[in-house]
Amino acid sequence: MNDLQQSLVDSLRERFGDSVEEVREFRDDVIVVVTRQAVVDVATWLRDNEHCPFPLCEDVFGIDAWTRKQRFEVNYHFFSLQCKQRIHLKVRLEESDPAVPSITGVYPGANWYERETFDMYGITFPGHPDLRRAYMPEDFEYYPLRKDFPLMGIPGSLPLPKRG
Amino acid sequence: MIDKKPATDFFDAPVIIDGLPPKEKRSKLLQALLDMDPDVSFEDPLENDMVLNMGPSHPATHGVLRILLRLDGETIISAMPELGYLHRGYEKIAENETYHEFITHTDRLDYLQPLHNNVAYILAVEKLLGIEAPPRAQYMRTLLSELARISSHLVGFGVMAMDVGAMTLLLWCFREREKVHDIFDLVVGARFTTSFTRIGGMGQDITDEGLAAIRAFIEQFPERLDEGERLLNRNRIFFDRCRHTGVISAEQALAIGFTGPNLRASGVPLDLRRDAPYLVYDQMDFDVITETEGDSLARYYVRLREMKESVKIVHQCLEKIPQGPVHAHEPKKVLPRKERIYTRMEELIHDFMIINDGVDPPSGEVYHAIESSKGQLGFHIVSRGEGHPWRIKIRSPSFCNLQALPMLLKGHLLSDILAVLGSLDPVMGEADK
Repeated sequence: MNDLQQSLVDSLRERFGDSVEEVREFRDDVIVVVTRQAVVDVATWLRDNEHCPFPLCEDVFGIDAWTRKQRFEVNYHFFSLQCKQRIHLKVRLEESDPAVPSITGVYPGANWYERETFDMYGITFPGHPDLRRAYMPEDFEYYPLRKDFPLMGIPGSLPLPKRG
Repeated sequence: MIDKKPATDFFDAPVIIDGLPPKEKRSKLLQALLDMDPDVSFEDPLENDMVLNMGPSHPATHGVLRILLRLDGETIISAMPELGYLHRGYEKIAENETYHEFITHTDRLDYLQPLHNNVAYILAVEKLLGIEAPPRAQYMRTLLSELARISSHLVGFGVMAMDVGAMTLLLWCFREREKVHDIFDLVVGARFTTSFTRIGGMGQDITDEGLAAIRAFIEQFPERLDEGERLLNRNRIFFDRCRHTGVISAEQALAIGFTGPNLRASGVPLDLRRDAPYLVYDQMDFDVITETEGDSLARYYVRLREMKESVKIVHQCLEKIPQGPVHAHEPKKVLPRKERIYTRMEELIHDFMIINDGVDPPSGEVYHAIESSKGQLGFHIVSRGEGHPWRIKIRSPSFCNLQALPMLLKGHLLSDILAVLGSLDPVMGEADK
């Protein structure tokens, strides 16, 4: 962890206390795991802090960890133009209640990313202005990137046009 | 039964549009379009607004983009892009293949610059594995990436010019692009779907013949580019259609998630080649091109001038490219050479293991992004220590850039869609994944 990442993590810990569940490091990338209640506040702070602001939300996406506890994860990448630094936030979710508050109020660009996450994993984002499916048809019943969705698809789930 | 009432005042009365199905029967897409807050008001020539479906199969949508438009006469009140017509589920496919097998799929993401995708993906995999390609391979990647950028930008602004009526430039651009593809044919062995990178190296070394071809191309290219520029820069129609069209400010562009030439056209000098250097870009001397207007014309200028910077980088690469191997010496991670597989036992075993089980990366998550010609192209790889990834997320720039379309189109005329869409330069293969 370089000095900048260290100071960022320290100020996140200081500011949000127990909301920061875990900090991990792998190949010089820092992953900060936060609780889902705190994610909007953390995003707002990251965007607005004076020391190292992160004005660009690069990506929001889901991961199916396929574990009994906290099956789903939602990940966020933010980039700081001033410090040339990237930060990776992670929120872990229970399978029974896969919902994270939307950060579209903070980063309008997260709109389509969250739609894509919803489309692929069925994770909902309360507060999202327009949570439709991004890629799959509107009447599609499944969430294709979940690990229990087979690679070959489910027969009959995408009806083909009738022949002549 | 469709109820019909004239919409006298747009803001007071609920808008009822002739010919639309009742509310409960509308699709979510249509409802989202109708629910959009139309904060532009105009004289109402037809006393009715109209819903028009553009695409998904429309020559100017650069593939299969569908845009649902709500029009007031010819003025766009709101627009809703709809994606997914080219969704092939590459992220799902990736979870079921080894790291090497997925390289071929990256070609099909942004099909105008397959080499960039190869490089972006392989850099993420190499970051995960903790290995680095030898210098000659790094230079080759830089060199070929810049050629791919030239080829992609040529299509980008050639097609944009065609969309607004300047057909000649497209043909000239394709003539130059053909030369780039001939170089790829010579160096890679394939013109289009290159799949040229390997973990820890390249498919094969670049020959002197290949380098000479690149040198020959790059020496005549600036002149050809100037010809094209002269054709367009004094074209009144092109100027009038592109200037002040699809304007986006720097703050808006950042907030909506623009990257690449589109962001730089609004005056934000973000270029990962300089800001988060990868490959050998830190040893290259080039300028980050920015414009301040943020309209379609500025985006065209940024692409045009970026190609000249690419020429500079290619020249430097050709000067500096060192001799040496193009494969890292990492026997359990890098595919061995064919002649060694046939003659040595160790290499045969490693080849067998890498092909069948895949390389064995550590568990962890990495994200690596490069500056592709469309913007920031990143791959996020989640590994669980298996030969195939647990999850790959493709951060495709076209997807994020298209997101701004409703904002850019609002208040413009129907025909401006072409100028705006062309200047954003989306590729649906990448946006739909």
